[in-house]
Amino acid sequence: MTEPLLHAIGVAKRYGAVTALRDASLAVLPGEVHALLGANGAGKSTLVKILTGAVHPDAGRILVRGQERQVHSPSEARRTGLVSVYQEPSLIPDLDVAANLRLSRTPLESVRGWLSKLGIERLDPAHTARELPLATLRILDLARALAIEPDVLLLDEMTAALPADLTEKVLEVVGGIRATGRSVIFISHRMLEISELCDRATVLRDGETVGVVDMNEGAAEEIVQLMLGPGGINRPEEAAPAAADVQPADGGRPVRLSVRSVRAGTRLQNVSLDLYAGEVLGLVALEGQGQDELFEVLSGSRRPDTGELVVDDRVVHFRHPADAIRAGLVYVPANRVDALLMQRSVRENISLPFSAALRRWGPIDMSGEASRVDGAVDRLQIDTRAQSEVRRLSGGNQQKVTIARWVAHGIRTLLCFDPTRGIDIRTKQEIYRLVRELAGTGAAVLLYTSELEEVQLACDRVVVIFGGRVVDEMPAAIADEPTLMRAAYGLPPEAGAQTAGVKA
Amino acid sequence: MSASVDAPGLAAGTDLWRTVARTVRRNAWTLGLLGLLVVLLGVTHAIQPSYGAAGVESLAKAALPVALVAVGQAIVVIAGGIDLSVASMMALTNVTAAALMKGTSDEAAVLVVVAVLVLGIALGAINGTLVVLTRVPDIVVTLAMSFVWAGAALLVLSTPGGAAAQWLRDLYNGTVGSEWLPKALVLIVVAAALAWVPLRRTRMGLVFYAIGSDKLAAFRSGVDIRRTKVASYALCGLFSAMGGLAITMATGTGIPVPGPYTLASVAAVVLGGVSLAGGRGGLVGVVLAVFVLRLVRADLVFLGIDPNFTTVIEGLTMVIVVMVGAMLAMRSRRG
Repeated sequence: MTEPLLHAIGVAKRYGAVTALRDASLAVLPGEVHALLGANGAGKSTLVKILTGAVHPDAGRILVRGQERQVHSPSEARRTGLVSVYQEPSLIPDLDVAANLRLSRTPLESVRGWLSKLGIERLDPAHTARELPLATLRILDLARALAIEPDVLLLDEMTAALPADLTEKVLEVVGGIRATGRSVIFISHRMLEISELCDRATVLRDGETVGVVDMNEGAAEEIVQLMLGPGGINRPEEAAPAAADVQPADGGRPVRLSVRSVRAGTRLQNVSLDLYAGEVLGLVALEGQGQDELFEVLSGSRRPDTGELVVDDRVVHFRHPADAIRAGLVYVPANRVDALLMQRSVRENISLPFSAALRRWGPIDMSGEASRVDGAVDRLQIDTRAQSEVRRLSGGNQQKVTIARWVAHGIRTLLCFDPTRGIDIRTKQEIYRLVRELAGTGAAVLLYTSELEEVQLACDRVVVIFGGRVVDEMPAAIADEPTLMRAAYGLPPEAGAQTAGVKA
Repeated sequence: MSASVDAPGLAAGTDLWRTVARTVRRNAWTLGLLGLLVVLLGVTHAIQPSYGAAGVESLAKAALPVALVAVGQAIVVIAGGIDLSVASMMALTNVTAAALMKGTSDEAAVLVVVAVLVLGIALGAINGTLVVLTRVPDIVVTLAMSFVWAGAALLVLSTPGGAAAQWLRDLYNGTVGSEWLPKALVLIVVAAALAWVPLRRTRMGLVFYAIGSDKLAAFRSGVDIRRTKVASYALCGLFSAMGGLAITMATGTGIPVPGPYTLASVAAVVLGGVSLAGGRGGLVGVVLAVFVLRLVRADLVFLGIDPNFTTVIEGLTMVIVVMVGAMLAMRSRRG
């Protein structure tokens, strides 16, 4: 066996009482794309932090080309040949592109070369990072890392939040690194990408490496089994038989929320849609098609320029999120940090909405609150080992707390913006199940998702937005990925294919 | 229509007009301050027709210590911190210089100046090291240290006293060439340039902006956050020591009580367009802001209003400027 470029052996890390890593190993061979997989809380992010030097392990060794390595910062890790691209771009927002490249001592010309391979031909280096859209920043971050030509490139959820055309380029370029004898550690929740791109995969569960899988036929099955562990739940395909047993929404059910010709900012042009009680309505759009503005309007943090919202047959004007909450519209953002008090406990986070209104600032009904909170925690199976501070929970559990607060509050209309972004399969399935249950009890759910397969897993009906307008609407049963993809790009349904667009 | 919003990602080549427009937009605040200063000079002349070269000289003299310390404060704020001990550091360096210069030769006074500047760097470095090591917020650490430095100043000189070398006083008094070019103004320009050029043209400046703008991203880009932070405080200490020496020059003595320079420096930093959140702004605006605030103070005197009222104005200016800055930022984000 060839010597690994990067070899982590028996790495362990504890944070107080919580053991993040028990016994993790990872061997990356020269010239391979190696997937690192694990459910949330499996220790993946801790291992990444240790590899990049941000965190020092309690035990274990890390070898680079057979040499033991001691690093204490990303810049030291870079000197040993490991460069990372993180989920959040690590560009300085107030510096322009040229200064950012100077900061990391990356030659502009080489970055330009990679940018054009990645599908961004022209980029004015005088723009500050703050002025660039997220997708461009992520590509720029990747190009910067590629220009350094590291021995090992670590990509953490590189394709999340990227539009499909850029994703394709990224996968192509990353796959091409193999030929140079250098390696990539690829972290992703998208199994399809992993099967296509990666050579081998290391699977973590509960802080241990539970298997290394060669990516060939059937590997995806094996990985899912490893991630779920003995007694794991079903595969995603079987998990949420969403659309099948739920009849499509029709006039028989009351309209909970009606959006009428809403326009906001430059991107949300004119959107009308009806959300019925008891249904999960999917919303699909490429990045920046106005969905962000739509959710801001619906959650009361932005006033529409024109158009109106009708909740339970009454026209409403939200001036503040509190108005939206009072009307029963509650919002679960993609970024957990926007919704949670990271330094407070699970209990306080869940009960906050009860105490928000000024007139409720009096004494807290401790036992009543405790029972509501416990009910919500049980229902969502939140892992409460680290409940005294929400920031110490894993990402998936944090997202569950965000939803749990509204479950405890009694949900009428739930607005979810990409709630499963960066979350593992098991937690995703729990969230799908929860959303279905809520709809079953008569709540209405609007679910924006950037992962197209979620539509068939969780929704009854789907609306596609392109260029700030609704371009298609169809039952989830026929909304397979190719159909949604075409619609999301503003293309007409393929001639000869089933007539997907059921215009309502 | 949405071109101006969508374009940044995939902008076409930069034509001249765009570059000019961007330069103006990026420096709008500084240009505005320059305009404000000109208007204020006009107003001052209207109130006090005799206001001329002598007025400008006294303005530059009054501005000198504030401008120096404001430059130091701006560096710390740009790097994401704040130093509330600047006035105490000025007092400590001022009395140290005055005490050491008493009865020494002119040549020895040169050594004293160097020693005092090194002392300033050391004081600032201690502030920065404490912030980095204790992980106590900057405001708390530097507020506490302001009492330490103020106490130390009283230990050096319990009452005003000491002396200043004559050549140092000559550096401060009078004009060079034209009567409209006071020496104090030259000192300000030189000192500001000494800070501004490296801040814009070296990697040191780049990392200051980087850690002030986004610490995590800077760390991941390979910046040593802790050393950079200490360096920013050390520079602030250096400029505070220069401010302290300016007091020695101006008064010829050491005064062991901190003047109202902390508020003045923060007010100038804020009015000068440096974001208190860090990572944004420059030094030109800060220096202009010092002149604006000093001129307002002079105008109040000419109008017969209690000059103590200026601290009220400087305090209110900070709140209003931060508020207006936030509103402008919000509007540009919406538009």
